[in-house]
Amino acid sequence: MTDTNEKAAPQEGAISDFGIDTTSRSTTEALKDYVAKVRGGDLGSLPALLGLLVLVLFFATQSDAFLTLANVANLFQQGAGIVIIAMGLVFVLLLGEIDLSAGTASGVAASMMALHYVRGGNMMLGMGDTVFYIFLVVIALAIVAAVLMRIWAGAVLAAGAAAIMLLGVPPNAWVEMLLAVCIGCAIGCLTGFLVSRVGIPSFVVTLALFLMWGGVILKLIGQGGTLPIRNDEVLFKVANGNLSTSLSWALFIVAAGGYTAVVLSRHFSRLRKGLVAQPTSLVLIKVAAVVVLAAAGTYLLTLNRAPNPTIVIEGVPYVVPIVLVLLTVGTTVLDRTKYGRHVYAVGGNAEAARRAGVNVPKIRMSVFVICSTVAAVGSIVLASKVGSVAPSSGGGNTLLFAVGAAVIGGTSLFGGKGRLRDAVIGGAVIAIIENGLGLLKQEAAVVSIVTGLVLLLAASVDALSRKRAAVS
Amino acid sequence: MSEPILELRGINKSFGPVHVLHDIDFSVRPGEVTALVGDNGAGKSTLVKCIAGIHGTDSGEVLFEDQPVNIHGPRDAAALGIEVVYQDLALCDNLDIVQNMFLGRERGKAGLLDEADMEQAARKTLASLSVRTVKSVRTPVSSLSGGQRQTVAIAKSVLWDSKVVLLDEPTAALGVAQTRQVLDLVRRLAEQGLGVVLISHNMNDVFEVADRIACLYLGRLAAELPAKDVTHGQVVELITAGRSGDLGIARPEAATI
Ligand SMILES: Nc1ncnc2c1ncn2[C@@H]1O[C@H](COP(=O)(O)OP(=O)(O)OP(=O)(O)O)[C@@H](O)[C@H]1O
Ligand SMILES: [Mg+2]
Repeated sequence: MTDTNEKAAPQEGAISDFGIDTTSRSTTEALKDYVAKVRGGDLGSLPALLGLLVLVLFFATQSDAFLTLANVANLFQQGAGIVIIAMGLVFVLLLGEIDLSAGTASGVAASMMALHYVRGGNMMLGMGDTVFYIFLVVIALAIVAAVLMRIWAGAVLAAGAAAIMLLGVPPNAWVEMLLAVCIGCAIGCLTGFLVSRVGIPSFVVTLALFLMWGGVILKLIGQGGTLPIRNDEVLFKVANGNLSTSLSWALFIVAAGGYTAVVLSRHFSRLRKGLVAQPTSLVLIKVAAVVVLAAAGTYLLTLNRAPNPTIVIEGVPYVVPIVLVLLTVGTTVLDRTKYGRHVYAVGGNAEAARRAGVNVPKIRMSVFVICSTVAAVGSIVLASKVGSVAPSSGGGNTLLFAVGAAVIGGTSLFGGKGRLRDAVIGGAVIAIIENGLGLLKQEAAVVSIVTGLVLLLAASVDALSRKRAAVS
Repeated sequence: MSEPILELRGINKSFGPVHVLHDIDFSVRPGEVTALVGDNGAGKSTLVKCIAGIHGTDSGEVLFEDQPVNIHGPRDAAALGIEVVYQDLALCDNLDIVQNMFLGRERGKAGLLDEADMEQAARKTLASLSVRTVKSVRTPVSSLSGGQRQTVAIAKSVLWDSKVVLLDEPTAALGVAQTRQVLDLVRRLAEQGLGVVLISHNMNDVFEVADRIACLYLGRLAAELPAKDVTHGQVVELITAGRSGDLGIARPEAATI
């Protein structure tokens, strides 16, 4: 029996059932499919990658300093904070929600971390009695919210924040970083609860919290004050230190080897089971390209890049493995777990997800928990880079740059579309603009204007491609 | 006549001040197709959503296999073996066919999804429905035609070992051949012993596949009776006026057999 469905194009009619599914395609066919997909409006991270290339070429020709090893390593360290916050934001954006408070929330986490370090672990003394108790009450509320929604991990981390505050553990970089992450998580529980259970639009909730957390930071640090953390070796090295040469190569082996193993094993298992798969040659080329690029990068970063001969600076910056781990874990969660699938489903059609039995309120709350927790990690990197925490931490453009990074990378603000690596690519674009214009001795005003223009360009490309997809 | 597998007794449902369902008694029997008919806004979709746990009911009880059950959400309904194809389809545009078919019931081990298993199962189900228009099961639903989306929604409901399938206007968007396929499928499901409820505005379809016809009129069950005992014209009168001769709301005792 043949079908009469008018949408099936004649050439498709020739393909029986799922003919295209079971056979693996040739390289030319796969490329043709890709071109068709792009023409159909599904651009993915292509525009951002092209933009990245243009920017690199532009700055490389304009400034001799841009492509030096020292600057490239510096670029990683400058961009990492925003990239990490943007990765957390992708979860929220995937639901079509927004978290305007991620920046200042991360600032609160960083302030607590620095306060714990500076005040020798005595938070009661550091914060003052009243503020201390208010904080504990707020954390208790966060725990209750998480328990009500059965987000156990959130409850445990929030409880961890209270425990560290109450126990008065002596200063220790790892405890302080844990405190920052736990505080971020507690804040996320509150945001998520207000959005998903109380039902306030996320824009309003997070706008209010953006203002509140900004005030809290000021209260914690004091007008004009700063909390230095550069004297702690570990805290300072997070964004300023490098892996030793041997560890750099170890990282390369683990990362490149792991990538190769995962991609190839998945590819061949799909082939074995007769499922739709890319041509083997294409997969091999892709893997080889990634491995070669990673090897070249590792090699270059293990060269001495110190500007003067008396010191030695070499090795892959710590921020690279930090971002890689977050990227790998986050991508696995989004692509390979039930939870990730449900996040996309709620972002695509919340009602359909609800009818399919997905616990929509829980998913909605959880993305805010993830966003603030990851933002706290970003704030550790940002604070480490500067070596101190000031009242302006996490304020200013931090959040907007992070949202911009996600959007430039191709994450849709309407939800349902976006990937974590988009945030990394978009973050790279923003970091390069800031870094390159700085090298060209442009003032902050120009940086803001150019970043804004690039964001506008990215949004236009997205909108136009979607229009095209709708028309075709 | 077989015992009902699903039985509703005295179901009431209001949306705020609007009383949409009044004291509905309705039963679904295994191996039979029950057609649920009624004008636009009669409450057919609402009744289906109450059974599926999408809407809570205000009063009344639900019996499944003679046991009173409380269906508080789609998960409860699915656990009992009740599957629904919604009028508005309820698919996630950004997910592909496999992802949609398994949404909420993904397969996998140790927290990780087993894509290969799901893809094969989805393809097998679609093939068993003789779906020939879908190019690849990895096509995003956004790029499917209305009829193809309909087919995916139906395939999703028969993928599971269900006991009751409720189809809310499954043929509304379909062409001639695909309507044929869906009607055949509806019959086949009943022959396999499932209880099937078919909502449709098309009387030809209803008379072709239904064993029993239930007619809703302004939120009340006007009549529920074997299809062979009524004529086309009587059903149309029941739909538009709520009564036809001896049948209908005025003499409820005549409406039950
Ligand atoms: N979520 C809701 N909130 C408020 N009123 C609703 C809601 N859903 C349905 N209604 C009302 O309930 C009544 C019955 O609607 P329902 O969708 O069940 O009709 P139907 O019989 O399926 O009609 P159709 O043949 O057009 O699909 C209508 O008056 C509708 O306005
Ligand atoms: Mg309806």
